[in-house]
Amino acid sequence: MVDFGGWDMPVQYPAGTIEEHLRTRTHAGLFDVSHMGEIDVKGADAIAFVNRLTSNDVTKLVDGQAQYSALTTPQGTVIDDLLVYRLAADHLLLVVNASTTEKDWEWIRSHHSGESVELNNVSADYCQIALQGPDAQSILQKLTDLPLSEIKYYHFTHGSVDGVAGIVSRTGYTGEDGFEVYAPADRAEQLWNKMLDAGQTGTPTGVLPCGLAARNTLRLEAGMALYGNDIDETTTLLEANLGWICKLDKGDFTGREALARQKEEGVKRKLAGFEVTERGIARDHQEVVVDGQRVGNVTSGSPAPFLKKNIGLAYLPVEYATVGQQIQIDVRGRLVGAQIIKTPFYKRQK
Amino acid sequence: MANVPEDLHYSKDHEWVRVDGDQAIIGITDYAQNSLGDVVYVELPKAEDEFAANEAFGSVESVKAVSEVFTPVAGVVVKINEALADEPENVNSDPYGSGWMIRLKMSNPGEVDSLLTAAEYEDFTKAESE
Repeated sequence: MVDFGGWDMPVQYPAGTIEEHLRTRTHAGLFDVSHMGEIDVKGADAIAFVNRLTSNDVTKLVDGQAQYSALTTPQGTVIDDLLVYRLAADHLLLVVNASTTEKDWEWIRSHHSGESVELNNVSADYCQIALQGPDAQSILQKLTDLPLSEIKYYHFTHGSVDGVAGIVSRTGYTGEDGFEVYAPADRAEQLWNKMLDAGQTGTPTGVLPCGLAARNTLRLEAGMALYGNDIDETTTLLEANLGWICKLDKGDFTGREALARQKEEGVKRKLAGFEVTERGIARDHQEVVVDGQRVGNVTSGSPAPFLKKNIGLAYLPVEYATVGQQIQIDVRGRLVGAQIIKTPFYKRQK
Repeated sequence: MANVPEDLHYSKDHEWVRVDGDQAIIGITDYAQNSLGDVVYVELPKAEDEFAANEAFGSVESVKAVSEVFTPVAGVVVKINEALADEPENVNSDPYGSGWMIRLKMSNPGEVDSLLTAAEYEDFTKAESE
């Protein structure tokens, strides 16, 4: 167990990280992500208020739809990345990272100025269980009457799972199809155990409970940023390749001006994906070397169990952040060859 | 319960030593491989490299973490387990057999007497996991 944003969480379950990772890619994995924070925004100005604090366009959402977005600083850097759920025209739910929940809550509250919204930090009220992988739908269907096949990617519906009322969302952080179920916190254990049973855990193709290590390797293979590693208050959305969630034309929002200027001028550094081409594993924080010069840092580096490669993400000057560029990683004093490749490293077959 | 063979010597850094004349074969214990998780990479020294007692001679990497491995006794590397380059998982499946790491010619064979016995190591790991 490790401390993760104040939560005691398992790094891995008995099957081990590699098996957990592979099972999620081939069948299903179950993740207790109740540590994630939830902030409820309700009132006539809910959409306008959140639209002013986040980079994506909240007005584009319809009821029952979710959106990946970011809370931005005036400099266009990232306070947090989050999901915005539209429950109703006057009701949004923001799902934020555990380690940043308090910071986000303070930021959101302190930037409330006159809009007609009621803000509540409801993180403690919710549990969140993520069932991910190609078998996720058939497993979850055993526990609910909701027509799961009709829920589209990044959409959700209210309903009950094993008799527990909650939100069933077709979202995830693994690069697989799957669902995230939000329910009252005191039903976490019930849902967890029922999903393991429904997924025939313990059999060779059954669902496996997955720890933080597999959650990290799965998201990295899928090329998804991790807050605190790949994005933070020193990196702008454009540098992090998150221009697709920067809707500069939607109207004013915190950081819009800085991001528009940076887009105009062009970014100087960029988050790029690489694979190690020699023997060795790149790790977080190691330095990247090109022609003997230290040009950047690895923000996430790990073995990729499904791809059977050693991969990573690093911020590099744009001139080096192009596919095919040869780089070296300083692995504890030994320079190991690597090259920039396309991200996402892994894309599921649909 | 972790396997702790009677005939080996142990360090508090969770390495084992098998004495063979004036040479020592070294690896990591069952307890250590179990706490590391799936081993995906092992970095070993070269033959002829010389190490002092308790000096790091290489590293073992799981998906999540890197751990250094230390030689409990001083000596010069005679041989390394090259098979671990392609089969690092042997450290998990057979830590006292095909998961061995290096063979040293000991500079001071008397050093093994200061290491833990199997019973002492077992007590040590029990205390550590409590």
